[in-house]
Amino acid sequence: MNFMALKQPENSLLGSESDSQRTLYPYVTGTSVAALKYKDGILMAADMGGSYGSTLRYKSVERMKPFGKHSLLGASGEISDFQEILHYLDELILYDNMWDDGNSLGPKEVHNYLTRVMYNRRNKFNPLWNSLVLGGVKNGNKYLGTVSMIGVNFEDNHVATGFGNHLARPILRQEWHENLSFEDGVKLLEKCMHVLLYRDRSAVNKLQIAKITKEGVTIHQPYSLKTYWEVSAFENPAQGAIGSW
Amino acid sequence: MDLEMNLNASHSMGTTIIGVTYNGGVVLGADSRTSTGMYVANRASDKITQLTDNVYVCRSGSAADSQIVSDYIRYFLHQHTIQLGQSATSKVAANLIRLLSYNNKNMLETGLIVGGWDKYEGGKIYAIPLGGTLIEQPFAIGGSGSSYLYGFFDQAWKEGMTKDEAEQFVVKAVSLAIARDGASGGVVRTVIINSEGVTRNFYPSDKLQLWHEELEPQNSLLDLLNSSSPEPMNI
Repeated sequence: MNFMALKQPENSLLGSESDSQRTLYPYVTGTSVAALKYKDGILMAADMGGSYGSTLRYKSVERMKPFGKHSLLGASGEISDFQEILHYLDELILYDNMWDDGNSLGPKEVHNYLTRVMYNRRNKFNPLWNSLVLGGVKNGNKYLGTVSMIGVNFEDNHVATGFGNHLARPILRQEWHENLSFEDGVKLLEKCMHVLLYRDRSAVNKLQIAKITKEGVTIHQPYSLKTYWEVSAFENPAQGAIGSW
Repeated sequence: MDLEMNLNASHSMGTTIIGVTYNGGVVLGADSRTSTGMYVANRASDKITQLTDNVYVCRSGSAADSQIVSDYIRYFLHQHTIQLGQSATSKVAANLIRLLSYNNKNMLETGLIVGGWDKYEGGKIYAIPLGGTLIEQPFAIGGSGSSYLYGFFDQAWKEGMTKDEAEQFVVKAVSLAIARDGASGGVVRTVIINSEGVTRNFYPSDKLQLWHEELEPQNSLLDLLNSSSPEPMNI
């Protein structure tokens, strides 16, 4: 064995490679999550796909999970890291309940906690490879925020992760308004999910929509969207230029 | 052209592994090839490893990594069983494996399928791919040979098969993967786990059906020549 090859350069800022862990790349990933505020609370949508590189390997992955009384967390990125975050949150909620003081962590506080977790992991070059969407309603106040794997966090009336940022946010910017009804909110999210289904290679046609209101969290049953292909231009696209696409 | 065999390459179990639930338990299946680069280091390996009396795991990826992970979990489960006073559940075994796989994700290269039967939940299959995601499924496939089986399972899998149907299905699937994946081969091993216990089965290649472009194995050309005189062609 060539021991010279194992020697670290003396001026390395990375520290010893052997004792630090770093997530280099994700394995099983989820794609976009989209969410918006509506009249009674928050609506969030995500498909149920877990991709393994280019293979659409798992098709029943729940990428949105409720926790506490008031909040819902949706994630894209590495599923194992999302499962770990859920463990951290379970612990957080448990300790919060043990105070037994009548107060419970609201979505804004949980968002802050997650931001700290994500940013500190990023500083250690060992990120949790996720983009998170955190929504909730507490005391009548609607909250919707997002945190990325490098710790970028903000709240807004509508958020999306991954491809959703490029495909869904423009639609939401154009068509979102204050006090959307439940039906209009669902239709708007479905419009976004449609575009993602057409244009995102890792999208899977099996999605869930979740709703959070002051009554609590409901995650609706999985369903598929009809897609539209009867565009006359699709029938014979190479007619005017044989060999083109 | 690469004429040198890399005999110092790590032992990787290219592999095809499958776990399937049926109405009464689970059936686990695997091929038996372990390769060191291009050389087949072991042509009759046993990739379905026992963790407890009622929980087994199918191993794929690095042979060393999967063996050490299953050894640790067997050790933990043994202690857990003593403390608990009854057999461990397949869910506990799967979660322990997830912990090791997730927390050592930078060092390990192994995908596992856990299958078992317990009195609380009956037969269950859990997949733990690279990265340490834990996912419970009615069936799971893994290893390099599984790429060739996604279409087959999408078309032919159904819920609530009988024990024999499920086992035949698993044997067929592993055999199909072996036909196309260079890293899978050898024999098909199955393990059936249900309330009555565990049954191990072994299917050498001559017991399997032939697929496209495969010919009936012979002892020698001479047998073919001697068996029948050549028939005249019908022109």
